Amino acid sequence: MSGEASQSIETKVLWGGGRSPFSISYGKMMMWFFLISDALTFGGLLTSLGFYKHKYGDLWPVSEDVFNAFPFLGEGYPLMYVALMTFILIISSVTMVLAVEAGHRMDKKGVILWLALTVVGGFFFVGSQAWEWYHYIHGSEHGAYVVNNDVRLSDGRVVGATTVVHVAKVEDGHLHFFKELEEAGESGGVKLPYRPAPGEDPVLVRGEDAHKLLAASTHIHGANLSRNEYGHPLYADFFFFVTGFHGFHVFSGVVINIIILIGVVLGTYHKRGHYEMVEKVGLYWHFVDLVWVFVFTFYYLL
Amino acid sequence: MERDDIIEYSLDAHHDEEHGKKIRKKIYFVTVLLSVVTVVEVLLGVFGIRALHLPWELIKWTFIILTIVKAGYIVLVFMHLGDERKSFKWTILAPYSLFILYLIFICLKEAMVMYDLRYLFGWN
Repeated sequence: MSGEASQSIETKVLWGGGRSPFSISYGKMMMWFFLISDALTFGGLLTSLGFYKHKYGDLWPVSEDVFNAFPFLGEGYPLMYVALMTFILIISSVTMVLAVEAGHRMDKKGVILWLALTVVGGFFFVGSQAWEWYHYIHGSEHGAYVVNNDVRLSDGRVVGATTVVHVAKVEDGHLHFFKELEEAGESGGVKLPYRPAPGEDPVLVRGEDAHKLLAASTHIHGANLSRNEYGHPLYADFFFFVTGFHGFHVFSGVVINIIILIGVVLGTYHKRGHYEMVEKVGLYWHFVDLVWVFVFTFYYLL
Repeated sequence: MERDDIIEYSLDAHHDEEHGKKIRKKIYFVTVLLSVVTVVEVLLGVFGIRALHLPWELIKWTFIILTIVKAGYIVLVFMHLGDERKSFKWTILAPYSLFILYLIFICLKEAMVMYDLRYLFGWN
């Protein structure tokens, strides 16, 4: 589909070279270049997430254990809510591409309908994210114990500092864990993995060891930038930075969509003879969806 | 001087109802595909290890490949990059891919070394 060959461009609007090399309008090309720079920012954020995830692989939580709550239903629905958010964003991306298609047919009513639905989808997504942030900051029912300094158990194993211990209940002075304790490979220390072997019972830490472990720990609920009941503090930091930066993009996308929607209703683009502005904000909106696809995989799934 | 953002360059800027039907069909196809891939990803994430006992490496690479498939459909169909000129398409895709692949490689390589150092020397 070569546009230039079949579409004559007036000489006076051409750049000095005499022909438009990419056969694409200035606005669309600049939007693409902006998206490239924005994609580099997100690429940097997600790569640094990968860096710390590999560096602290043993302390990193498994996301389906962390994000297992659903509004009004409680816990026990791993990743369902995130999947719903993903679906909402994909659908709002579809309504946006339908708005662009309607614009190509100069169908003003169609553009208004689909663009308005896109705005609604964007609000739903931002609202969902607000709930997820609230739940994440608020924390789970039991909370967790964060070990402040290395604890040597009576059998010689060491529970390292910053380890997050999820205790199901304290009974007769013994700790019942949600997750098993597992022997670490070369160091001989103890790790608390977040992925228990299938079918295994939670490990019990007895008497004096339990006492020692609790004495060296702080009980916390939820997460902020410096502490995190779900695992390593950096896991929470990346949650806030990555989903926060993305959520800011969604919010600004919704605002820009509303501005363009007003323009469509007023008939600005119809008078102009084409709906390229819808196409340009569409590029931005699809980009926001695109970023979420990567966040979903690299933060929530891997 | 005339504003050049008002001038249309792309052939695809206008189409008739018949052509629109074909385009919408493609959009619906991609919608279904993206939804199905997302459902598969979630099921694999929830049941892959604990219920199906699949090896983590297999699950991990399935996630990565499915993500690239999803991203490809969004960029090439929804963002119409597939309909742009080849030269423009590669101006956008090639430098970015090259840079980001190198960044991922160098960062993850470094991180794995630092993981080992934590255990060898007790570094934080």
